[in-house]
Amino acid sequence: MSSKTATIFTRGILTENPVFRLLLGLCPVLAVTAWADSAFGMGVSTLAVLTASNIVISSIRKFIPVKIRIPCFIVVIATFVTIVDMVLGAYFEALHAELGVFIPLIVVNCVILGRAEAFASKNGVFHAAVDGLGMGLGFTLSLTILGAFRELLGAGTVFGQNIMGAAFEPIQLFALPPGAFIALGLLIALVNILYKKIGLE
Amino acid sequence: MGNLLAIILLAVLVDNFVLIRFFGICPFLGVSRKVDTSLGMGMAVTFVMTMASLVTWLIYHFLLVPFELEYLRTVAFILVIASLVQLVEMVVQKVSPALNRALGIFLPLITTNCAVLALAILNIQNDFNLLQSIVYAFGAAIGFTLALVLIAGMRERLELVTVPKPFRGSGIALITAGILSIAFMGFRGMIAL
Repeated sequence: MSSKTATIFTRGILTENPVFRLLLGLCPVLAVTAWADSAFGMGVSTLAVLTASNIVISSIRKFIPVKIRIPCFIVVIATFVTIVDMVLGAYFEALHAELGVFIPLIVVNCVILGRAEAFASKNGVFHAAVDGLGMGLGFTLSLTILGAFRELLGAGTVFGQNIMGAAFEPIQLFALPPGAFIALGLLIALVNILYKKIGLE
Repeated sequence: MGNLLAIILLAVLVDNFVLIRFFGICPFLGVSRKVDTSLGMGMAVTFVMTMASLVTWLIYHFLLVPFELEYLRTVAFILVIASLVQLVEMVVQKVSPALNRALGIFLPLITTNCAVLALAILNIQNDFNLLQSIVYAFGAAIGFTLALVLIAGMRERLELVTVPKPFRGSGIALITAGILSIAFMGFRGMIAL
């Protein structure tokens, strides 16, 4: 892997992490992270849409007129979202029901449109795919961390496995909507401290 | 009539779009630094959301359902919303320069506000009729504006205090929103549809 490819790949995970650094696409981040497994499912769905739409947009970038590029991007993204919606509905019914309206809402996730506009429409297919994978992995990772954190405090479990033992009294707040805001605020502060420590600022 | 009132209360308080359902968080964090810009954004969103729920409802029930194209819902709705925002922008520019100055840059931003698309989809999922959809849209938009203005008022105060460094900016804004959300949890269970 050349160093340019490596930089593109790690950017989405570390320096330009969409959730903790850029605060993009926060609606699903807050809404589906009460449990680690639904958070992970949302992350992977977004990863799939992001990578696929990056590849398609990059390969047709020379034919899209500049003036109507945003509607074109949205149609491509919406198509892949519909496909993901159908696949989840057919094979992962429980997850599909849990994520509910947030599956069609992947269309308006600003991470995806943002990458289409800022990267895929200006770069080659291979790099666009790498960028999509990197950003998607960064998004999935952040969602899973937040989901695990909230599930641990809100129910004492992570991915359904009991961690805290029977004596732990769950802090229900973290499973409820206010807990999403508070947990994300705390994690962002934590990430700020960590990044400062290792000098990634 | 009682039903419509219940829908409004549900959308504004019990199921507040921003603080309980997490729709439209980006503008919520992005433009909620000042009370007057929040009001501007709220007005623009109210306008677009009410229009969008009317148009998407008509399209779904008179175009997609008769031709059995329900699976095109997401694609159709987002295109309708994007063009509607463009149209509203053009009309406002032509008809009312004052309103245009007030709404200004907020109009184009609304396309990617997920609250609008969420509303269109929820209208369909809840089996609302046309009147109920429009009332729900209006209520949701008022709830959005309310949350935005409340948090803006709090953030204006926050600028005057010393916040621990790692929390500065979005960290403290999110935690403030969390506390506000706890207040809104108090309405939970008051009304169910």
